[in-house]
Amino acid sequence: MDFKDYYEIMGVNKDASQDEIKRAYRKLARKYHPDVSKEADAEARFKEIGEAYEVLKDPEKRAAYDQLGSNWKAGQDFNPPPGWDAGFEFSGGGFTGSDNADYSDFFESLFGRGGFAAGAGAGRSYRTGGGGFNMRGQDHHAKILIDLEDAYTGASRAITLQAPEMDASGHVVNRTRTLNVKIPKGVKQGQRIRLSGQGAPGMGEAPAGDLYLEVEFKPHSIYRVDGHDVYLDLPLAPWEAALGAKVKVPTPSGALEVKIAKGTQAGRKMRLKGKGIPATTPGDLYVVAQVVLPEADTPEKEELYRKMEHSMSFNPRSKLGV
Amino acid sequence: MTEQILKGLLIDEQTELTLKDLSHACSCSAEWIIELVEHGAIEPLSFQQTQWRFSGNSLRRAQTAMRLQRDLGINLPGVALALDLLEQIESLESRLCQFENLHKL
Repeated sequence: MDFKDYYEIMGVNKDASQDEIKRAYRKLARKYHPDVSKEADAEARFKEIGEAYEVLKDPEKRAAYDQLGSNWKAGQDFNPPPGWDAGFEFSGGGFTGSDNADYSDFFESLFGRGGFAAGAGAGRSYRTGGGGFNMRGQDHHAKILIDLEDAYTGASRAITLQAPEMDASGHVVNRTRTLNVKIPKGVKQGQRIRLSGQGAPGMGEAPAGDLYLEVEFKPHSIYRVDGHDVYLDLPLAPWEAALGAKVKVPTPSGALEVKIAKGTQAGRKMRLKGKGIPATTPGDLYVVAQVVLPEADTPEKEELYRKMEHSMSFNPRSKLGV
Repeated sequence: MTEQILKGLLIDEQTELTLKDLSHACSCSAEWIIELVEHGAIEPLSFQQTQWRFSGNSLRRAQTAMRLQRDLGINLPGVALALDLLEQIESLESRLCQFENLHKL
């Protein structure tokens, strides 16, 4: 288990005041909040900051953490010394953060595990707080990554979810379960799929909650997606663009033949109506022309370019006035 | 591992969610959802109906609102502003992406 330097994570000195720590936390939380930040590791950073703040904002936990000594470096292999927390009285609970089941092993080895609400994340289900007796189970939420092609045809995907749960002896354990889920045709980025009764079990006679899956597309090597519309860059040879041609174009539902108009310039968008993601009003597929030059890597090819130069009076910079 | 294939309901623009659906999915009270409506953070499909119905996008906005309020301590007018700005950023980024692809040629 690695030692975590909570001061380093928060970017504050070891003698920082509680006010300084609070200010640093608020600033970092805004920066790395997964709903706001676009950085790839935002969610992990946000959890790390939350964990550091959980310790440093609480004078009892901070004092206990400080007495581990200042010789530890972040990432160093760490095991809490026996009786490390002797002489410290924890008031218990005090977890104001709601994602405390995602605290690191390092945190848990020091302060134990409080509550059992887990954090969000791909393939991880989490609860959204709250609780009560004799009531419907809580709704759970998770993300599911799918391929663009799945949205065109529909598919079934197996997803593995972890959810913290109380075992018979009252300990919190991570339960892993695999669900086979039908991905409906026409789904788009950010939409939710509701699976009735797959959330937390209900209390007493009440039914289980629902599981909401948030759909996210895996990045595609050739297509870009915007809502139900799909974009594709289509490379064309100069003669295809200049003279017009019929070319084969890939689409997520199979290749199509598309007519390229004479004089197609690079950047021209061609709309293939209804060839985007299917829906009541299906999206469109936009093909964006890209003109690719063959390399002049042989004397013959060079000669062809020279011939064009001499026989065409063409100034590509005429609009620039030069 | 189960072999059964679970079929879910796709929550899209056509899906209509009740106040109860929304408050349950966000683990919050119906009063909090009503406050979101009062601050314009989400809007029912029609104010005329006696029982409000919400679109799938309202679910997305309400859940984000809940997380922003819980994690960052933003008040509801701030949450409503943040939601609008986040959507604007998303739409601008998507346009920027199209534009950049057009000009990388």
